[in-house]
Amino acid sequence: MAEPTLPILSLSHVGKSYDAGGRRIEALRGANLDVARGEFVCLIGASGCGKSTLLRIVAGFEAATTGQALMWGKPISAPDPSRGMVFQDYGLFPWLTVRGNIGFGPASRGRPAGEVRDTVDRFVELVGLKSFADAYPHQLSGGMKQRVAIARVLANDAEVVLMDEPFGALDAMTRERLQDELLELWERTRLTVLFVTHSIEEAIFLSSRCVVMSPGPGRIDRDIPIELARPRDVSASDFNELRRELSGMLHSHHGRLAA
Amino acid sequence: MSAALSDTAAPAGGEAAPPAQAGGTSPGSGLLQVALALVLPVAILVAWHLATEGRTYSLIPSPSAVAVALYDLAFGGINDDAFSASLLTHVLASVGRVYGGFALAVLAALPIGLLIGRVPLVRQMLDPMLQILRPIPVTAWLPLAMIMFGIGPRSAFFLVFLGAFYPVLINTVFGVRSVEPRLFEAASMLGCRGSAQFVKVVLPAAMPAIFTGLRLGLGFAWVVIVIGEMTGVPTGLGALIMEARQLSRTEIVICGMIAIGVAGFISDRLVTLLGRRLLAWSPNHG
Ligand SMILES: Nc1ncnc2c1ncn2[C@@H]1O[C@H](COP(=O)(O)OP(=O)(O)OP(=O)(O)O)[C@@H](O)[C@H]1O
Ligand SMILES: [Mg+2]
Repeated sequence: MAEPTLPILSLSHVGKSYDAGGRRIEALRGANLDVARGEFVCLIGASGCGKSTLLRIVAGFEAATTGQALMWGKPISAPDPSRGMVFQDYGLFPWLTVRGNIGFGPASRGRPAGEVRDTVDRFVELVGLKSFADAYPHQLSGGMKQRVAIARVLANDAEVVLMDEPFGALDAMTRERLQDELLELWERTRLTVLFVTHSIEEAIFLSSRCVVMSPGPGRIDRDIPIELARPRDVSASDFNELRRELSGMLHSHHGRLAA
Repeated sequence: MSAALSDTAAPAGGEAAPPAQAGGTSPGSGLLQVALALVLPVAILVAWHLATEGRTYSLIPSPSAVAVALYDLAFGGINDDAFSASLLTHVLASVGRVYGGFALAVLAALPIGLLIGRVPLVRQMLDPMLQILRPIPVTAWLPLAMIMFGIGPRSAFFLVFLGAFYPVLINTVFGVRSVEPRLFEAASMLGCRGSAQFVKVVLPAAMPAIFTGLRLGLGFAWVVIVIGEMTGVPTGLGALIMEARQLSRTEIVICGMIAIGVAGFISDRLVTLLGRRLLAWSPNHG
């Protein structure tokens, strides 16, 4: 086990450039970020400021062009089950049922069939999809698909859950419900969450820390601890104060872009 | 206290069954469908009958003459000539060649298609040659096939193989190449990497396209069988048609055509049924 002071995730001077038709696009420059185990970190910022890029580097889908991303002090070089990704478009396997999708990770990692079955049962129950356990993804609503996507990552013993606008495509009511449930889950386990969102309210409601990014080139601008007591009330005055503050930061980016 | 992420998404009560599969026909519409499908064939049959019945010098036999010939071809007892009661022999010979050539084509096209779709080196090596061979119609291969394989069933086999090969290959390559990249990311972050993805991601994801290829390939196999059996084989529906043509037994020619149509239709239904079972997950197949 790692010593308690070691951050679970550590990014130092992480940069990423893409070659897009001969043009070099600097998606991310000099990002420094330490995340302690059990933190709920929200990444927020204007479109194109490198949020997805940062998440994909942590996931191991992309290699950083400069700098280094570490998990428990070891360089991240490839995707790994310890870092599970929840995609906005779900990324479920359409040919597998809910059970099949949740069991995909454990089965791929060679767990014995009986153990896989138990794990699947537990997580199907956990995300409340018991009556849909044998349904295929195309038979599920968006909210249910996102539950499956979360369950399959948790069923695979992920320590870090990476979420890229996971609730962006859902209606407001489903989104609020999933936010509550995600928080409950996070509080019960010792999960570390890195959560990209466009919604300031969502960021303040969920996170223990809000990382504000700015575009052109994408970089980390501010790192704001959110110390409001939970459960949080979106209409409370301290909540609104934070909302105003964050909104001001984000709009100053927009202004700078427009200028 | 309810567990996190629990139950709330299920419709009221949480007891709801999964939604029924879409796409089924509602009861009662079955008869109507059959009736609609019969309109045109019946009209053609009537027109055919009116145009040919009772005309002694018609080159096209009347439907009733064909019906009699078909009965004799199937069971004998009417004409007692070389064609009598020979239908089963011809059908079995053709079915054997169609499925044999088709199976061989699938065995070759499926792995080649998977490799072309996934391995750039294989694609660069094979794709140009296969693309140049592709436009050559099966008929054009006939003389060469007869030289390479001789006059007889092996040539027929080869031509059926050629006819079925490309549809299976092209659809397999297409299916493999159009697997969503997201699914590879999902698999690798869940711990399924490298060649394991071939079986657990590529193959199932490409299955709908592969099935389309199988259907088309089997259809082509039936199309090609007549040409294949022109290579001098004694039995088979193609051979039956050729022989009847030479003897000006047009009613037997039509019987052969009907037999090919029915056999092709049945085998297409079988593949479709198999596809429905295997592809229940796909909104376009299930
Ligand atoms: N594969 C790629 N090839 C070329 N450019 C890319 C690629 N991926 C991202 N980019 C560029 O990198 C920049 C950052 O993209 P990224 O997707 O990380 O932004 P984002 O903050 O997630 O935006 P959004 O909020 O719209 O999702 C953008 O300018 C984008 O065009
Ligand atoms: Mg993004």
